[in-house]
Amino acid sequence: MSSFAWADLAGLFGHFVLLSLLSIGGAITTVPDMHRYLVTETAWLSDSQFSASIALAQAAPGPNVLFVAVLGWNVGMSAGGGLLGGTLAWSMAGACMVASMVGILLPSTTLTFFATRWGHQNRHRAGVRAFKSCLAPIVIALLVATGWILTISHGNFSHAPGLWLLTLAAVLMVWKTRIHLLWLLGVGAVAGALGWV
Amino acid sequence: MQPADTKPSAPRQRPTSLRQLFYAFSWLALQGFGGVLSVVQRELVEKKQWLSNEEFVEDWAVAQIMPGPNVVNLALMIGDRYFGWRGGLAALAGMTALPLLLVLVLAVVLAGLGQDPMVQGALRGMGAVSAGLIAGTGLKMMPALKDNPMGIAVCVLLASLTLVAIVGLRIPLVWVLLGLGIPAFSWTYHRIHRLGDTEQSTR
Repeated sequence: MSSFAWADLAGLFGHFVLLSLLSIGGAITTVPDMHRYLVTETAWLSDSQFSASIALAQAAPGPNVLFVAVLGWNVGMSAGGGLLGGTLAWSMAGACMVASMVGILLPSTTLTFFATRWGHQNRHRAGVRAFKSCLAPIVIALLVATGWILTISHGNFSHAPGLWLLTLAAVLMVWKTRIHLLWLLGVGAVAGALGWV
Repeated sequence: MQPADTKPSAPRQRPTSLRQLFYAFSWLALQGFGGVLSVVQRELVEKKQWLSNEEFVEDWAVAQIMPGPNVVNLALMIGDRYFGWRGGLAALAGMTALPLLLVLVLAVVLAGLGQDPMVQGALRGMGAVSAGLIAGTGLKMMPALKDNPMGIAVCVLLASLTLVAIVGLRIPLVWVLLGLGIPAFSWTYHRIHRLGDTEQSTR
């Protein structure tokens, strides 16, 4: 099924370069297009490989953008014949992972670097100050909205009351206490593993 | 009148070396399950005090409006501010290097284990907690709006409209930012100009 070959590496890189510049609001906003490219158009990944890659990166620590590395890794790995494919599979996986990650990061970070430098040097200008101040309440609302949307993706309250209560408890703990965040995640993991939520 | 733009609320600390910057960002990235943002606020604002809450909200807003992963942009901006481009790279490397290694190891190890119900349950529980961490971080930053030039009433209105647009109406982010951002910007610009006339004359 996967027809990926070394010659496709440049195409993979180029696609992520393009998406990098479109990823306002985070790389996660370009997931629909990645799916179109990697699953529908090229069939380098199957549907389940694609969603498993994203779920894995979401569960692991670190910035969410690492799901791109896992996607790239799995493209190369399945082209090279999987974990038992030997050196070929591992080197293809490594090359695809690097191409994807560099592709998704290089353009956006370069742009951000120069734009924010300019902004910081001109931070006393009324325009720059107004730009930052006017976004503050929007940004705070976006954070609450993100938490809210992730919560309703579990289903409504009557469908998954345990998950809702767990989320609510986490909101209160992070808002009102200074408890270490890893404890909260640990409690969530244990409650989930034991089937309580 | 004293220069008005030295932030009164910020207890100033700063990273002392590139290495410290790298480790700080590695450590906070490794704690960030399902996203790093709440950990950034906890570590850099509350513990290390490299940023005030107000600066954090402003930087986060800019990091979010630029293309690219938000927390990666934020790391780049903060690193650059202290040590120039080398600091930016150190923070960026800290944010990505170790977590990348870890996620690839997980990808290899979990290739067979992903269907296990206990593993799935644990992932679900952690997902629920991390949703709460993100929302809670937002609520915690509300005091940063106190000194906003728009005034508290406009801030509350703007935040409520954003919530309704994103959660209730599911409008794509770019339209929300343009639709609410442009009027908000005009209003803020107007207010800063009116407030700023007296400050300007002392400089």
